Amino acid sequence: MRYLPLTATDRQAMLDKIGVRHVDELFKDIPNDVLNPEIDLPRHRSEMEVERYLSRMAAKNTAAGSVPFFVGAGAYKHHVPATVDHMIQRGEFLTAYTPYQPEIAQGTLQYIFEFQTQVAQLTGMDVANASMYDGSTGCSEAVMMARRVTRKKKAILAGSLHAHYASVVATTTQFTDDVIERLAPNPADPEAELQAAIDAIDADTSCVVFQNPGVFGSVLDLRPLAEKAHEHKALLIVVVTEVMSLGLTQSPGEMGADIVVGEGQSIGNGLNFGGPYLGLFATNQKFVRQMPGRLCGETVDADGKRGFVLTLSTREQHIRREKATSNICTNSGLCALAFTIHMTLLGEKGLRGVSLANHKAAVDLRDALKGVDGVEVLNRTFFNEFSVKLSRDAASVVDALADKGILAGVPASRLYPGEGLDDVLILAATETVSADDISALVAGLKEVL
Amino acid sequence: MSMNNQGRPTSAGAATENTDFESFSGHKGLRLAEPLIFELGSTETTGVDVPEVDEFEMAIGGLERTSEIGCPGLSEPDTVRHYTRLSRRNYGIDMGVFPLGSCTMKHNPRLNEKMARLPGFSDIHPLQPKSTVRGAMQLMDELSHWLCTLTGMPAVALSPKAGAHGELCGVMAIRSALEARGDAREVILCPESAHGTNPATAAFCGYKVKAIPAKDNGRVDLEALKEALDDTVAAVMLTNPNTCGLFENEIRDIADAIHAAGAFFYCDGANFNAIMGKARPGDLGVDAMHFNLHKTFSTPHGGGGPGSGPVVFSDALKAHVPVPFVVKTDDGFDLIEEADDKSMGRLVAYHGQMGMYVRALSYMLSHGSDGIRQAAEDAVLNANYVLASLGDVMTASFDGPCMHEALFDDRFLKDTGVTTLDFAKAMIDEGYHPMTMYFPLVVHGAMLIEPTESESKFNMDQFIASMRGLAGEAKAGNVDRFSGAPYHAPWKRLDETQAARNPVLRYSPEE
Repeated sequence: MRYLPLTATDRQAMLDKIGVRHVDELFKDIPNDVLNPEIDLPRHRSEMEVERYLSRMAAKNTAAGSVPFFVGAGAYKHHVPATVDHMIQRGEFLTAYTPYQPEIAQGTLQYIFEFQTQVAQLTGMDVANASMYDGSTGCSEAVMMARRVTRKKKAILAGSLHAHYASVVATTTQFTDDVIERLAPNPADPEAELQAAIDAIDADTSCVVFQNPGVFGSVLDLRPLAEKAHEHKALLIVVVTEVMSLGLTQSPGEMGADIVVGEGQSIGNGLNFGGPYLGLFATNQKFVRQMPGRLCGETVDADGKRGFVLTLSTREQHIRREKATSNICTNSGLCALAFTIHMTLLGEKGLRGVSLANHKAAVDLRDALKGVDGVEVLNRTFFNEFSVKLSRDAASVVDALADKGILAGVPASRLYPGEGLDDVLILAATETVSADDISALVAGLKEVL
Repeated sequence: MSMNNQGRPTSAGAATENTDFESFSGHKGLRLAEPLIFELGSTETTGVDVPEVDEFEMAIGGLERTSEIGCPGLSEPDTVRHYTRLSRRNYGIDMGVFPLGSCTMKHNPRLNEKMARLPGFSDIHPLQPKSTVRGAMQLMDELSHWLCTLTGMPAVALSPKAGAHGELCGVMAIRSALEARGDAREVILCPESAHGTNPATAAFCGYKVKAIPAKDNGRVDLEALKEALDDTVAAVMLTNPNTCGLFENEIRDIADAIHAAGAFFYCDGANFNAIMGKARPGDLGVDAMHFNLHKTFSTPHGGGGPGSGPVVFSDALKAHVPVPFVVKTDDGFDLIEEADDKSMGRLVAYHGQMGMYVRALSYMLSHGSDGIRQAAEDAVLNANYVLASLGDVMTASFDGPCMHEALFDDRFLKDTGVTTLDFAKAMIDEGYHPMTMYFPLVVHGAMLIEPTESESKFNMDQFIASMRGLAGEAKAGNVDRFSGAPYHAPWKRLDETQAARNPVLRYSPEE
């Protein structure tokens, strides 16, 4: 077995040193009748055999890069420079542990410090943590943090919030006495969605969660929402599932957010069928000690040299146990590294440029769809994604186009089954979408509609 | 001094070490100083091709960002150099023995990385039509089959993002099952040796946490457990093998007692590496157990994630698993994304850590049933070799044999002036990552050593010789070797108090 270095001779010498005759004497605490069960699984395989087997499995899937591709709704296909994936595979990053021994983990710690700074800058907030599992779990952590800060129980989830995110919040709080109020999605009237969120805030509200751009793509000014929330001593949690939008639109911090939760996949990370991704989590200085997740801070070593350590860990489970702010024991380290390297390559100039190219691709797509009968664009505003109303069931249109080799977007019914949105399709166009891709989609739609 | 044929000296001669050396550059040979990107780059610099975009009418509702973002960029060469330099300040499994107890720092096969990057796995969207992701559903189904077969359990939830998230999934399933039978219970029992995530998870699900006493042999006190079990107890959370590196030898009596009280048995599977292929939790009365794919099944720790924490369930709990999950159909597979009224709901957006599923399955296919059992045996053998080789100079906390990790405490350092922390830092000077220290909490100054199956006998012998040497130095009173350690790491000990007292959590330009 290529991964196991011990030889039969080694094993025997070691057993002799330990003073047992057979390795199973080391397993004597396991009840004898269940030791060494028959395991009905195949025996070991060579590297070549495994590669062949898994490659065949992979080939049954349609890779985004191989077709005209317009699927988004919280996960986006962007071009990631080759440098990113090369660098994160350096063994010193890939095979390191959580940096609990800072003297031999300054590489990890410094990039986390850089990451925290970049996330704070992007979101327009004071501080960010070292990342969460993903955007959806970060969202539920933010709701719980708002409860700790405000000592109130009612969280309002706006209709603009991705259905999965709302479900994660509902699931993770189902055994607490939190009250989760989910507002209805309204792709045809995002302003009404915003107004409904504003109207729902009252004295019992701990937080209002609003996604911007919304799950149906609209970009809104959230200042009125922030104002109303703050009047009632509630927090505004802004969710950003397309972090690339922050290169073009005003930041949540500028609009008055108290907590910003983001899905960072778009920068540095591939689609990966939904994971691993990375949750971005940023807030203002005054709430730092209520923040979940790992934090890296600056300090000095015994020689006075600048260095970094994990800090404020008295909030965390390994110190506080049942009194911790969260049970979380990990971040999304390598995905955060990919994010940081890609952000470093982009810089403000590159980010603004790529961001603008995304918006342009979506504007081009909208313009092209204007000429298709049976397609009505619902958005007035958007970044790189918008929703359309089709003349027939969107899921069947998407399936028909998939048969033609076009991945045409997400039918709203996949996220909101039974909510009367069967004719709504969510379409994304990133910088990877070409004019030919758009032509192919338009031609395909004309055929199937 | 000998000379080569170009007249160049071939040996260093005298004065090979100049400890006061200060370079003009800030570098010291291969130890290259590297500032933050914010001190290096500019907002005008970029390392990507910025797309050229013609003028067009924007549709973002007049909400253009006019303020400076402030993120500096670096060119591609400078980016590569920056992160290469940072990487060289890290210790990883690739560099040497990483005996971090309870963390299973085994080799990360590069085949797994290659497989996870196949475009058919890495470049597929979680919401693209199911007809275009048949291979992905097959992979999830096959991984589920391996996990269920290895544990002898009937059901698995793949989606939890990490071990602690898996615990949450497990305890929520337990609470769902109890509520479904109208049985409100308030308490979860955890031993004091438990990972901190166990009580944190229990509290998160609204339970009070009570401690289970341990016996002198490092195992659960069955009689005391029986006394603590009554109809207010929802579950018992046990790690097995436990965090002292010991198998709970009364495990079936424990499980029987738990079930007799109408409670559920949650097993923290962090240490499954010791028993994979050797014993199945399903044969031991376990109702739910999470895996850490990044421990047992070799997906990279990545400097702190991403992890992956699938949970297997018994028949009593399987109706409550979260969505999504894969089911077999007449013509292949389907992905169930909407919860029925028994399912606990949804724990993550999309379908969990697909990238980790591919790596874990690649590991399992490579090892096969035979290799998996062999890996567990080698891990246990290596740990017992450590226990047998260090027991005379360090103090083992419990009698052997141990499972995949060996627990020592600081009694052997008594009156030496050397602490567990000092000892750990001196290991850095020896070229090793320290073992887990001060955990578990049940012994004083704990040192938990887990070598994993990835270490050769040669590596083990070198490591053991270093540890024996250090133990000898401590006892001989050479305190300086420890109190200032590490001396040979890129950084000396860092001031964690200052970091916490005055938190500086981001770069800010000097005023």
